[in-house]
Amino acid sequence: MTSPTEGPATGKTRWEQDTLNPTLTRAPERGREFTTISGRTIERLYTAEDLAGIDLAREVAAPGEFPYTRGIHSTGYRGKLWTMRQFSGFGTPQETNQRYQHLLAAGGTGLSVAFDLPTLMGRDPDHELSLGEVGKCGVSIASLADMETLFEGISVADITTSMTINSPASMLFAMYLVVAEKQGADWKKISGTIQNDILKEFIAQKEYIYPPRPSMRLITDVFAFCAAEVPKWNTISVSGYHIREAGATALQELAFTLRDGLEYVQYGVDAGLKVDDFVPRISFFFNAHSDFFEEIAKYRAARKIWAHAMKDRFGATDERSWKLRFHTQTAGVSLTAQQPYNNVVRTALQALSAVLGGTQSLHTNSLDEALALPTAEAATLALRTQQVIAHESGVTHIVDPLGGSYFVEKLTADMEQGALAYFDTIDRMGGMVEAIERGYPQREVSESAYRFQQAVERKDKVIVGVNDFVGSDAQSVPTLYIDEAAAARQIEGLRHLRQDRDHARVRRALDDLKRAAQGRDNTMVPLIEATRAYATVGEMCDALRDVWGEYEEVPSI
Amino acid sequence: MAKIRVVIAKPGLDGHDRGAKVIARALRDAGMEVIYTGLRQTPQQIVTAALQEDADVIGLSILSGAHNHICPEVVRLLTEKGLNDVLVVLGGIIPDVDLPGLAALGIRGVFRPGTPMREIIDFVSANARSRAASV
Repeated sequence: MTSPTEGPATGKTRWEQDTLNPTLTRAPERGREFTTISGRTIERLYTAEDLAGIDLAREVAAPGEFPYTRGIHSTGYRGKLWTMRQFSGFGTPQETNQRYQHLLAAGGTGLSVAFDLPTLMGRDPDHELSLGEVGKCGVSIASLADMETLFEGISVADITTSMTINSPASMLFAMYLVVAEKQGADWKKISGTIQNDILKEFIAQKEYIYPPRPSMRLITDVFAFCAAEVPKWNTISVSGYHIREAGATALQELAFTLRDGLEYVQYGVDAGLKVDDFVPRISFFFNAHSDFFEEIAKYRAARKIWAHAMKDRFGATDERSWKLRFHTQTAGVSLTAQQPYNNVVRTALQALSAVLGGTQSLHTNSLDEALALPTAEAATLALRTQQVIAHESGVTHIVDPLGGSYFVEKLTADMEQGALAYFDTIDRMGGMVEAIERGYPQREVSESAYRFQQAVERKDKVIVGVNDFVGSDAQSVPTLYIDEAAAARQIEGLRHLRQDRDHARVRRALDDLKRAAQGRDNTMVPLIEATRAYATVGEMCDALRDVWGEYEEVPSI
Repeated sequence: MAKIRVVIAKPGLDGHDRGAKVIARALRDAGMEVIYTGLRQTPQQIVTAALQEDADVIGLSILSGAHNHICPEVVRLLTEKGLNDVLVVLGGIIPDVDLPGLAALGIRGVFRPGTPMREIIDFVSANARSRAASV
């Protein structure tokens, strides 16, 4: 209420008095409070008054200009569309190679390798822990021989490849480099990305092998090696995707991911690297979840936070260090096994939020992924979804079309403030490695996951086809089935490999690797030699297990 | 009445533990005694935990596609230990085509993404062996 001395109400207050309140008296709203999927309260209306504290010229600025809130390119998608990069891999290298040829023929513009769990955990297909897992949720790559098959007929000089690999990232990257070498491609010219983000493994996905500190050492070795030898390679994809999938809110995804990024930069600096020599090759990977505007604000805030942190906290002077580039994948966790065709619609909206948020590359999930790995048909439809957004919706004609929206700018500013508050908490703990060792981000994520599930149970959050609109329209979709034949073929291949290779050379290379791990030499050099000698992923990872041991999490709920 | 005792386990190499932890908490909040094993447990470790904890229920969370290897082994070991009356339920990404085989094994509840917690709690309450009968 406005007191008489302040004169007549103006702006939003006047609107509430004159127009809103009479309406509310007649027709109450659908709920008392409206919140995002992350539980953030959203006001009824945003106006210029909400932006009063924001210096738009300085904080939002123009596209292509610091702090890049409106995007890193002055021409947005008018210059170049995002890379349509569909994550895929299953069964044997031969089978996945065929899927890649199919995706490239269908207009895909980059490859993204999904590895199976034994590969992700640094185990060979014939290890006892690999039983039942070979080729199941990705392609099985045990040695250079498999990597050669995976890229047969695909010129690595002409495409960019993203590899989702973390604990054994150095080993799989070494294999890719040797494939490039054998194809005659120049390491100085090839490009692609390795995920190589161990911190989010400890926080969320839990595919770790070694304890945090030696794991960080492997990563800074890759930074140093690439700065000298493979300058166009994206050495890390700092990932919020998995943190979000594990249950984090949009804000937690933003805050933990960017704070992980700062941790990597700090470790790189501590290892003796110059900020501007390696930071330009750091990229990010975010989730595109279902709350449309919150996601867009998240991407915009991420660019702004990173630009300021690199400039102010680390003194970066190369503007490429300031520019946050990111890949996005639609939210796998939002997909439902019930009424699976609804997933096409969910994915399209999520993808649109990533595009409106200025993503550099995008993966759209397939409708059948709550049931199995996608069929070729479902994966093609997912790619078509991106093509419809790119070529039919018209949203690519204009740079940052939502810039200046009262709501989006306010939400962007709020997300930034929230993330900075998380940074303070983590900084006080001594950094992200220390916070992880204390279980802090892990607990935050678990709490959010549980809170969201309770909201779904209470129907505070509606999931169409799951807790509302259930109907009787049972839908069944064809699914991809991966049988045990892939495992048998991989194990047989490995048996031949172990017979045919130069054992003395393998042993020498693995001994050199252990020596490098014990000392300070860059581990990439002996890893590349071990790869050329056809050492397996399991053998290379075991050599480092011998030196560093394995990490075990204390279970808690 | 004694509380239903549940072992929630993550077998295999997969580390995606969101579902396992959410279910563990939901069952605990519903008044059950819940023991969460943590990640990467072998069938042997899971059955040993069930034996030591005098569990009425084992909940397996498998998202990696390894269920056809892990479930038969868990059931075999339970039988070997004379724990046939322990209710075994499974959650995760499970294709339709595997459902009959799992049912034949004696996996009585299979819960896929999007299953309401209430449904799982009710199923476990209704099907867990009665504590009185087990003594």
